[in-house]
Amino acid sequence: MRFFEDIEIGQRREIGSFTFTADAIKTFATQFDPQRFHLDEEAGRQSLFGGLAASGWHVGSVCMKLLVADGQRQAREAAARGDEIAIWGPSPGFRELRWIKPVLAGDTISFAGQIETMRTSEKRPEWGIVQARHTGTNQRGELVYSLLATAFVPRRNSNS
Amino acid sequence: MRTGGLRLPQITATIGLPSANPPFNRHSILRMTLSFEDFPPGRFGTFGPRRVTREEVLAFAAEYDPQPMHLDEEAAARSMLGGLSASGWHLCSIMMRMMCDGFIGRTASLGSPGVNELRWLAPLRPGDDITLDMDVVEARVSRSRPETGIVTFRAVVRNAAGQELCEMISPVIVRRRAAVTSGQAG
Repeated sequence: MRFFEDIEIGQRREIGSFTFTADAIKTFATQFDPQRFHLDEEAGRQSLFGGLAASGWHVGSVCMKLLVADGQRQAREAAARGDEIAIWGPSPGFRELRWIKPVLAGDTISFAGQIETMRTSEKRPEWGIVQARHTGTNQRGELVYSLLATAFVPRRNSNS
Repeated sequence: MRTGGLRLPQITATIGLPSANPPFNRHSILRMTLSFEDFPPGRFGTFGPRRVTREEVLAFAAEYDPQPMHLDEEAAARSMLGGLSASGWHLCSIMMRMMCDGFIGRTASLGSPGVNELRWLAPLRPGDDITLDMDVVEARVSRSRPETGIVTFRAVVRNAAGQELCEMISPVIVRRRAAVTSGQAG
């Protein structure tokens, strides 16, 4: 992961891709979102979604999964270069989450992130606060998911 | 503030029914389904409590959010959160399940277009018993699909000490009663 000082507004990064199988959609929905259009192909076809659709929380959780994997990849690369590794802090939340189009069984979603705003924290001077737009695009190039996430990012050379 | 005292017993009485997804037939729709008109602005209801176990916190984090602050006691103690905590996405997913069990499973819901704002206010700890308070902040008929309405909820999750862990503002699309009773398919 990068330090606050290594980040610039407008920077974009591909986060990774994930294929939502029917099994994965039903497994998540059974546990967390047991609505009929997330559990049954026929009910999905009859719904506004037009097919078995992933829970929106499944899509968001998969984006998080890929973000963490990407951060771990960057940390390994930094370690290999002998650089200091930045450990990101927690997120205070997000805004503007849009489930723009349904994610249907078999769809492969590619996620990306782009930095939109950054500022230093007044209360915690060893941290910066970064807002990034995370997006998900399906195999047909259609934007299906978008969210403006906020995260605490460590500043370089702070003694935290 | 409205208390919704007349509506609340009807809704909470459905929680214990065996199936969250009753057979989709006209009779069950007429008898059980909540429609747009059942969500006027004001307090809607309180759901839970629901125990969040250490095992499920670790299982979700391992699958979707394997950061040390969600998986490793020592790393978590050194983190800003000061101890092991559930992934924020896990809390969101549990909140969704509490809504499904509480009322969405009995609502002519067509899904949600998104979340206006979500704030993670305090960490969800393993072993916490959480409750969910739902308020309707706005209810309006859809211009593009007049057989539906858009119900915007404010959801607040609290732990047993009453501390707010999470606040969400999110719209849900719900069929209007005329569309529900005429048996229009989704």
